[in-house]
Amino acid sequence: MNNTEWPLYEVFIRSKAGLSHRHAGSLHAADDRMALDAARDTYTRRTEGVSIWVVRSSSIVASDPAENAAFFEPAEDKVYRHPTFYEIPDGVENL
Amino acid sequence: MYTQGLDQKDSKRDDADSPERLAAFQARVDTEEKIEAKDWMPEAYRRTLIRQISQHAHSEIIGMQPEGNWLTRAPTLKRKAILLAKVQDEAGHGLYLYGAAETLGVSRDQMVGDLLSGKAKYSSIFNYPTLSWADIGAIGWLVDGAAIMNQIPLCRCSYGPYSRAMIRVCKEESFHQRQGFDILVSLCRGSDAQKAMAQDALDRWWWPSLMMFGPSDAESKHSAQSMAWKIKRFSNDELRQKFIDVTVPQAEFLGLRIPDDDLAYDAATGHYRHGEIDWDEFAAVLAGNGPCNRERMAKRRKAHEDGAWVREAAQAYARKNAARAA
Repeated sequence: MNNTEWPLYEVFIRSKAGLSHRHAGSLHAADDRMALDAARDTYTRRTEGVSIWVVRSSSIVASDPAENAAFFEPAEDKVYRHPTFYEIPDGVENL
Repeated sequence: MYTQGLDQKDSKRDDADSPERLAAFQARVDTEEKIEAKDWMPEAYRRTLIRQISQHAHSEIIGMQPEGNWLTRAPTLKRKAILLAKVQDEAGHGLYLYGAAETLGVSRDQMVGDLLSGKAKYSSIFNYPTLSWADIGAIGWLVDGAAIMNQIPLCRCSYGPYSRAMIRVCKEESFHQRQGFDILVSLCRGSDAQKAMAQDALDRWWWPSLMMFGPSDAESKHSAQSMAWKIKRFSNDELRQKFIDVTVPQAEFLGLRIPDDDLAYDAATGHYRHGEIDWDEFAAVLAGNGPCNRERMAKRRKAHEDGAWVREAAQAYARKNAARAA
């Protein structure tokens, strides 16, 4: 058994120019170049992408779902950040 | 195939899972909220998914063997290119699924190790041999057809990474089924010998394909929890019935006879009734005594061992370059 597992990479794909890269999945590769080649073979066999990013999973800093309430709560009581918060007087247009 | 892992019993106890947490989790699932990798989940949910997703991945990987058997003997260059693309897809499906399973905290090495040691299972269907080119048609039509029936509900699975992997798989699987049917259409429009080949393939693959859906509902005692967790959406018998109902007319189109004397359309229910499935055969194949179990495992182990130097060399190269750059 090979117990020296290759590092895990996350794969992000831009499906066409004008759109953002989007997470497609993950894979193992010995190095960055191999990760890119494997990402092409694994995730774009049907021309699903025009650009690929790969990044070591260990390099991603993620928020903790268990802390979601505290982390995202400050945005919830600021309804005035949405345009729908404001009442527009009758007769006013183009606002 | 692919949900046979959900019929196994999970007997461990999880004292750490408090009733409050379990109830909150179930409430999320009940409202069709997706569960993501870092979310809290019951340990049994995690174990069930690891078992199910890894078995699914192993099935894709082992599934390359019966089809790979005909790569060098495909009748035309076009058929060969298509089959090559299909076998490559199976490898891709295996990789999507291993990736999804790894989000649950199991390592790739662990999963591969469990497959090679025989601890982990894969779908019973891949322990049958591909004796003629027509078998490649039958696999695409029946085996991939049955897989699609199983996999489309899995796209709505409560576990996000599995559900996303399945959406990708299902998009590609449709090509597999059509290419299989296309092979059989050609054979059935050909000479008597070619048509007989197609019939022979259907005779051998029909019953094993029905077994892919797993034991009958009466025997499938452990799937209730998977249903409650919305990992599984339909019972084995429901999916099997759906498969039979759509497949029988396709066989009629081909002019082939389904090898079941008891098969009859029931106008009252709108379903085809079918004969008794040989569950002893199913049990024997699962227990490792199908026609090709040993061959499949031996080939997988050999491929893994033969590739060891490549994995080591790639790693040595990566380390050398990293050291130079430092």
